[in-house]
Amino acid sequence: MKTIEMEFDLVVIGGGTGGPMAAVKAKERNPKLRVLLIDKANVKRSGAISMGMDGLNNAVIPGHATPEQYVKEITVANDGIVDQEAVMAYAAGSFDMIQELDRWGVKFEKDETGDYSVRKVHHLGAYVLPMPEGHHMKRILYRQLKRARVEITNRVVVTRVLTGPNGEVSAVMGFDCRTAELYVIKTKAAVICTGAAGRLGLPASGYLMGTYENPTNCGDGHSMAYHAGADLANLECFQINPLIKDYNGPACAYVTGPLGGYTANSKGERFIECDYWSGQMMQEFHNELLSGNGPVFLKLNHLAEETIQEIETILHSNERPSRGRFHDKRGNDYRKQMVEMHISEIGFCSGHSASGIHINARGETAVKGLYAAGDCASVPHNYMLGAFVYGKLCGENAAAYCAEVGNTVPDKEALAAERTRILAPLERSGGLTPYQIEYKTRRLVNDYLQPPKITSKYEIGLRRFAEIREDMDSMSAGNAHELMRAMEAHSILDCAEMAAHASMFRTESRWGLYHNYVDYPKRDDENWFCHSLLSRGADGQMAMRKKAIEPYIVPVDDEERTAYQRMRVARSAEAA
Amino acid sequence: MTLAMTITQVPVRVDDSKCIAEKGCTVCVDVCPLDVLAIDMLTKKAYMKFDECWYCLPCEQDCPTGALTVDIPYLLR
Repeated sequence: MKTIEMEFDLVVIGGGTGGPMAAVKAKERNPKLRVLLIDKANVKRSGAISMGMDGLNNAVIPGHATPEQYVKEITVANDGIVDQEAVMAYAAGSFDMIQELDRWGVKFEKDETGDYSVRKVHHLGAYVLPMPEGHHMKRILYRQLKRARVEITNRVVVTRVLTGPNGEVSAVMGFDCRTAELYVIKTKAAVICTGAAGRLGLPASGYLMGTYENPTNCGDGHSMAYHAGADLANLECFQINPLIKDYNGPACAYVTGPLGGYTANSKGERFIECDYWSGQMMQEFHNELLSGNGPVFLKLNHLAEETIQEIETILHSNERPSRGRFHDKRGNDYRKQMVEMHISEIGFCSGHSASGIHINARGETAVKGLYAAGDCASVPHNYMLGAFVYGKLCGENAAAYCAEVGNTVPDKEALAAERTRILAPLERSGGLTPYQIEYKTRRLVNDYLQPPKITSKYEIGLRRFAEIREDMDSMSAGNAHELMRAMEAHSILDCAEMAAHASMFRTESRWGLYHNYVDYPKRDDENWFCHSLLSRGADGQMAMRKKAIEPYIVPVDDEERTAYQRMRVARSAEAA
Repeated sequence: MTLAMTITQVPVRVDDSKCIAEKGCTVCVDVCPLDVLAIDMLTKKAYMKFDECWYCLPCEQDCPTGALTVDIPYLLR
């Protein structure tokens, strides 16, 4: 098989949301920098916002919110386990980014005075800004990539970041998903922007790609960061989201909530105070599903016709526009009946929860020259705007880093080993298909890792994952496309094992349903008010350690600290 | 299951009378995030080669002649 060799200063892996921003900002910082944006799909339509986005979920806009308020809100929403400096770096850059996107042509909702129409969805403050025409987002980003003269390589699956003599980034490796040609790209620095690990659990429908997240986002970045020697933070804080049952996409409460829609039980009653997605909210959702009051619904049928039309326009043209045709086939009409909801399969996604490749307020990982931004990185509740802000930080900081260092030679043995690993499935005939391996891994994730978490189930899960790891030696691929699925199956298995190890390490319960550990049902601040970090140990196995919470820069008082604990609607009849 | 070669309903339907792949158009193949579309070398028309659809719609939206329709996959609908 042919090997294509290239050399750049900076390679940005993943062209969805944070990736294009990182590449553009690196070029703006230093136009002479050789920057490559690489994607396994096509940058024009790749990533979580392939079809745009219906709004900003965490806009920090003067007059509506302050960065300090926002840091406090996220600290409380994430049960205190945050690096406040990293959250503040987002919050402080939030408004500048909104203004820049505005200049680039993104249309935000404004009132008659020209001020941004910010809505309240969170428990404490107001941070939601609708973008009714947000379906243009990818086109706007693409225009900026062209303007900044960023080089783009599509349809190349990056599988590893290789390091040099001092553990610094020295190359990335991958292959073309249409020709299976190998790529060895020497580089001084890399930014991982590969999105969520969204192909971890199996959707209830059984359709492998019917995931909540864009199924291209399957944890490739989490896996390559781990193998490069980076730390991954708080992976036991799973992502589980409320969604339209079977369709498996968002409903979406951030759009409908401010217009009067809400999450209801089968009696049409509210049962949660706040529709902002937190682990506590998901726990109440889970409880209601299992109670005699389930299932759970999105209730809009009490709203006025023009409001429903507005909701339909937004939900059926942005982010997941096929929602409309799903409803048509089901006979769902927002006017007539409530829409059945459910909870998603598990995944890793800092955009909505808090786990990912550990980065600091500069976007740096533990590996020199390696940065991460967006859903794959560890800054909690970061959403799309957080991916943009951290994409910018990573791009600028990586550009500065590149100016200080030279290219180094990647480890020869690691390069040869990766070449062998990539080509192996193509060289086998017969054996197991990537589809079988992936299906089984993800089915076991559902069987054993889905919260509530139980130690004995997790132990069985780990044993079964170890068996699948041996089965990888008989996985075959008949063509380059299947090779992509085969390499993704490796990433998925890595993530499944990481999810299990991280969950068993934190012997307490925290973040509501996300880490509801039946063996340790109580929150234990004395022992577990800390981050958990997973990395590759000296023995090559996954190793866990604690990391102290960085000193708070925004103090949180006791009343605020418990705000997200008081999620369930109080029943006056029950109280009496 | 992965290959869409079994005779079944796949999510992406192509209207051959509208598809202009024979003129060199590959827009739907280019934009699909999951890379599941291809041009049939015999008929010179686009088709769904792998049943791995996220029903995300770039193929349908970006097709210059409106030849593609995306259905919600059967297991979900």
